[in-house]
Amino acid sequence: MPQVRFREPQIEMAHGAGGKASRRLVEGLFAPLLFSCSSEPLGDAAHLDFSGTRIAITTDSFVVKPLSFPGGSIGELAVNGTVNDLAVSGAKAEALVVTYVLEAGLPTPVLEAEVRAMGKAARDAGVTIAGGDTKVVEHGKADFMYITTTGIGRPLHAVRVDPRSVRSGDKVLLSGPIGDHGITILLARGELDLEADLRSDTRSVLPLVEAMTKAAGPGVRWMRDPTRGGVATSLNELARDCGLAIVLTEEQLPVRGAVRGACELLGLDPLHIANEGQFLAVVAPEYADAALNALNLCPGGEEARVIGQVCEQPAGAVLVTTLYGGSRIVDMLVGDPLPRIC
Amino acid sequence: MKFVDEFREPEVITKTAEEIRRLADPKRHYRIMEVCGGHTHAIYRFGLKDLLPSNIELIHGPGCPVCVLPMGRIDDGLEIAQQPDVIFAAFGDMMRVPGTQGSPLEHKARGMDVRIVYSPSDALKLAQSNPEKHVMFFAIGFETTAPSTALTLVRAKADSVHNFSVFCNHVTIIPAIRAILDSPDMRLDAFIGPGHVSTVIGCRPYEWIAVNEKKPVAVSGFEPLDILQSIVMVLRQLRKGEAKIENQYKRVVPWEGNRAALRAMAEVFELRPYFEWRGLGFISQSALRITDSYAEWDAEQRFQVAGVRVTDPKAAQCGEVLKGVLKPHQCKLFAKECTPEHPVGALMVSSEGSCAAYFNYEHRKTAMVSSIASVV
Amino acid sequence: MCLAIPGQVVEIFSGHQTTALIDVVGVRRKVDLGLLQDDMPKPGDWVLIHVGFAMSKISEEDALDQMRILRALGEAEAAMQEVQGYGMDDVTTPNQHEIEPADKA
Repeated sequence: MPQVRFREPQIEMAHGAGGKASRRLVEGLFAPLLFSCSSEPLGDAAHLDFSGTRIAITTDSFVVKPLSFPGGSIGELAVNGTVNDLAVSGAKAEALVVTYVLEAGLPTPVLEAEVRAMGKAARDAGVTIAGGDTKVVEHGKADFMYITTTGIGRPLHAVRVDPRSVRSGDKVLLSGPIGDHGITILLARGELDLEADLRSDTRSVLPLVEAMTKAAGPGVRWMRDPTRGGVATSLNELARDCGLAIVLTEEQLPVRGAVRGACELLGLDPLHIANEGQFLAVVAPEYADAALNALNLCPGGEEARVIGQVCEQPAGAVLVTTLYGGSRIVDMLVGDPLPRIC
Repeated sequence: MKFVDEFREPEVITKTAEEIRRLADPKRHYRIMEVCGGHTHAIYRFGLKDLLPSNIELIHGPGCPVCVLPMGRIDDGLEIAQQPDVIFAAFGDMMRVPGTQGSPLEHKARGMDVRIVYSPSDALKLAQSNPEKHVMFFAIGFETTAPSTALTLVRAKADSVHNFSVFCNHVTIIPAIRAILDSPDMRLDAFIGPGHVSTVIGCRPYEWIAVNEKKPVAVSGFEPLDILQSIVMVLRQLRKGEAKIENQYKRVVPWEGNRAALRAMAEVFELRPYFEWRGLGFISQSALRITDSYAEWDAEQRFQVAGVRVTDPKAAQCGEVLKGVLKPHQCKLFAKECTPEHPVGALMVSSEGSCAAYFNYEHRKTAMVSSIASVV
Repeated sequence: MCLAIPGQVVEIFSGHQTTALIDVVGVRRKVDLGLLQDDMPKPGDWVLIHVGFAMSKISEEDALDQMRILRALGEAEAAMQEVQGYGMDDVTTPNQHEIEPADKA
């Protein structure tokens, strides 16, 4: 009988932050009780086989404050987030269903704006919204609204992502600058009194994934969209799942000036900040150039880079090295990154 | 970033590291203490230890204001905030520090109004925009941060903001350094001096370290080249048998300190006769409290504070790690009962704490630095 | 204790309290200048910012000086090695300390 390994007495905020605590909850409570006997590592989407027809399916919930911010709003996140989870699992999203949990007292114009945003994001991403459900809860029980989207899609031809296929020597690619979304949200909350010309990077990464897999499909070992918890969390999960080390070069990490400035001011690490329009890929070395070129030529992929490679040691960890020979381990955070003054 | 990127230039870092290797006498083992937690964090963040020869040992000092705060003080602050209509405001650094009933963030999850602020002036603004509530700012920090709290209190009084108070845990650096040097189990050769504290107090307060204790001090900035240059400076002094105070961080630190900052502190604060430091015990004249002329804004005077002393679990060796006697991994609880997720002591919570720094940045590094050729 | 970042003064707002709008690579925040009241910065100056207060002015001259010294490290040594290569082994190593400027007093 599957054993529940989750020992904590109650649920804390950290369990939803995408870091170590979240992983413990999923692996220790949900996986043993819900997922059929499978030693497969948990991915961004499930690829299911129905008598020879393969369908990819995923789901995601969206909780964000403020609802609307430079570059987007909860509606767009809800569409792009699920499209992206399917894309990095190696599938093209075809249809979504949506659940709204709305707070009583939510002004209708606010809801309408989000629904319009979702409609537009779905059209931009080439995905149909096939249906949905609505619930209303009492005032105070939902920060205006929570949205869940469940998406189904068609697996991309000849793309199989599996962390167990990752080998030492493989290259780590990143589609573009990191930290834009998380810092935009932090600034939009207004508590820190900082201003910057920054926007969320929310977008569908499917066109980039398609371009890359078309050019380098057989060499693509693994992909992930580094959302909550940032690049650090995604790569730590990979390192754990494949038992190897991910070694990054600090100077290769693409970070916009304003994101860097905000991170330096607040004592945050861009590697821990959420992204909503980027993805990571691990590619076999003989395909890496083709993969990178395809990304750079694709609109929106101009800033894609090789940021590191897979090594033997330190096994199970992510290491960032500098050109002058210094290095540090980058771990998953416990909960959300917090600004510091010390 | 100007004034930052220049001091991270890889070629110059490599050159400076070579100079360090050239200066370090292979027959000597050097023990250099960086006092300030910010330096501890920088050393790990930039991987500077990888650049030093094995006979230079960097000892982490007690300059982490979160780490040295006894648990009882956190309990007291949270107890005040339990009262209706009180907002607990503090820097992000405090949010995960455990009190006996949980950390501020855990209290927030249970319904307390807890806010993260970047500046004490933001806490004051919070009070001004929430007139029906009381905002209590939980102040921490050495002399770097104390003047900002002081000026905020000056402003609160001048603007008659009555729904604001400060729970003051500011501490001073010199008594901590004295306690280290007085400790019989500590043998040190030199100090990397706290750069940002020195922008306020200047370099004079360290002169007794050179004159009486005969140890070199380089007051250092926080970029890789600053720290490495400071090591070069103290090594040169040690080679010549010298002991003096040098200001490596000249671009920012004035030798005489910041008079306006010192004036603001003198207006608002006075020295407590003694204060308990986690791991170092009671140290006299080492912490600040708010003077009677600002009593109305002193949370300890406005509210009843239990003032309970909470001792650390016996197994936790926070004190020895704070003093640099033990390395983090030598504490019996390190990486077992005490991790960043379940911290027993504050050294594992604070990003400046040597235990957290060691756990997050160093702990799983094996001998692979040499095996990494050019990565990309 | 220690997280303080260089920022450039964009605009000064005088009045009740002197504050400045400072810029850190495109991120902007109002910063209190009260601790620099003895020597106020001007727009264009660089200051060190900690918890929303300006702590000190940053001297570009001292920064350039520091980089000059560091870049020169090893050059005296290299010169010495060259000299020694000519067989002049009795020449002592020049004091590297002479390159350092006197401490600010």
